[in-house]
Amino acid sequence: MAHTENEFRILSPTAILGYGFPVESFQRGLDRNPHLIAVDAGSTDPGPYYLGAGKSFTDRNAVKRDLRHMITAGVARKVPVVVGTAGGCGAKPHLDWCREIIEEIAAEEKINFTLGVIPSDIDPEVIREKLKAGKVTPLKYVHDLTEEILDKSVNIVAQMGHEPIIKALEAGCDVVLTGRCYDPAVFASLPAHLGFDKALALHCGKILECAAIAATPGSGSDCAMGTITQDSFILEPLSDKRKFTSYSAAAHTLYEKTDPYHLPGPGGALNLEKCSFTELDGGRVEVKGTTFDATDEYFVKLEGCQLTGYRTISIAGLRDPIMMNSIDEILELVKNQVQVTLDEEKINGRIVTHLYGKNGVMGALEPVQNLTGHEMCLVIEAIAPTQKEADTVCGLFRSTLLHYGYEGRIATAGNLAFPYSPSDVKMGEMFEFSLYHLMQVDDPSELFKLEKNSL
Amino acid sequence: MTTKITDVARVVRSKNAGPFELTLDIILRERSDYEHLRDNEIITREKIAELYGIPVEDVLHILCFEPANAIKITLKRPIPSGAPGETDVYGAQQHAPLFALEW
Repeated sequence: MAHTENEFRILSPTAILGYGFPVESFQRGLDRNPHLIAVDAGSTDPGPYYLGAGKSFTDRNAVKRDLRHMITAGVARKVPVVVGTAGGCGAKPHLDWCREIIEEIAAEEKINFTLGVIPSDIDPEVIREKLKAGKVTPLKYVHDLTEEILDKSVNIVAQMGHEPIIKALEAGCDVVLTGRCYDPAVFASLPAHLGFDKALALHCGKILECAAIAATPGSGSDCAMGTITQDSFILEPLSDKRKFTSYSAAAHTLYEKTDPYHLPGPGGALNLEKCSFTELDGGRVEVKGTTFDATDEYFVKLEGCQLTGYRTISIAGLRDPIMMNSIDEILELVKNQVQVTLDEEKINGRIVTHLYGKNGVMGALEPVQNLTGHEMCLVIEAIAPTQKEADTVCGLFRSTLLHYGYEGRIATAGNLAFPYSPSDVKMGEMFEFSLYHLMQVDDPSELFKLEKNSL
Repeated sequence: MTTKITDVARVVRSKNAGPFELTLDIILRERSDYEHLRDNEIITREKIAELYGIPVEDVLHILCFEPANAIKITLKRPIPSGAPGETDVYGAQQHAPLFALEW
């Protein structure tokens, strides 16, 4: 990994692996002779289901298409390719899913390379010991972790920093596929290892993990280049359609973050208090002044989910003004009536209603109280320990509400307009985040062991 | 003369900051408007609590971010992303009450 240039160029093809990119932009990036091709594949944004169920939120064909371009280019040019948070969530099923795609590409393209895979699954017993030792703390607004929650949780992962990726690259891996990984680490690992400033490398990675989203007009499906110099990093668009501006680069730092000046990650936090954003020619922006505040102890973030139950939903429209005027009361009365039957039949389950046209989007946060529309959409959601019970709870609530004789009712044929037959939809497993905690470790790499494969 | 937030902001948005927090960004077009909001008690934790009908302690903080002329407000999510009863998994449509800000 001898590096003779005084700058380090990183090609970020797309915001999330599988979101795609124009071949022209990618080629323009390759023409700049990058030292690293890297992509982030993950996010907790699509919610707990994907981690809990072990499924990717991106499409397999789309992921394969993106990876084929990246891997064939990287292997041909001897440029390392790093893919972070395989399959969107980085647990074993996600890692296996993405590894299989890479193996298919190697076979189809008849290319040979060394694949480094770094799992991030954490043995619950390791967490139990750390919990007993007081080394697990909840993030803000998160419940305390208990052994009971730990026992119920599945697909527990920890977010690795850049250290395990460096080890994989040092071990001669051409392509590195990680489990759950701190997004910027995918980009920052190699330059930090080669002696470039870690804070600048991580901040650059923080922006590159979203590729051209931080440009203007932003796009999640276009490439961007980051060049790390001795005392700055430079963002560069790879399409004439967009450019970086000091505003677009700075504003991106706000996105999905609690505090834009202090961005925590494994081992510490990026500090942007003295950061400057300067526009250069060619739609480029130079960023300077980022520092890194290391924490005394090294913490990794744990993520895990537990099964809440199974869901069945039913969607129905409302158009009767008399009913809509007292809809909250009607739903409450129907819930109570259904609950009596559920108790009698010893069925566990609960009903959640979403009322679009009233507070379906904001729920308890909705400040608007007066109704202004002439129709509403009701989503009936039943949650129960089994799919069968969820079906029963949903069906019972739906049929009771359909024929419920509310006060003042004059439309006596039926209360709901169903757009579909069948009216009820099985939604399958439902998960919720059960681990979102920091865990103290002695060594940044102790939880993340490299598996080397020759393809 | 009254200034409305929608007259001076180029961005008003909401999004998850992790599954347990909701973060609201107001990005001003002009530095002068940013400075006016920064230097006057217009966007306060009390005001945000009132707009969203939540306790003041659920407004984690209000921060000013100069490089982007931005004000950032972070709230406790009433229900974590994807948990039972939740309405907006990405938290991307929780910004509208901010449109009522004026001074």
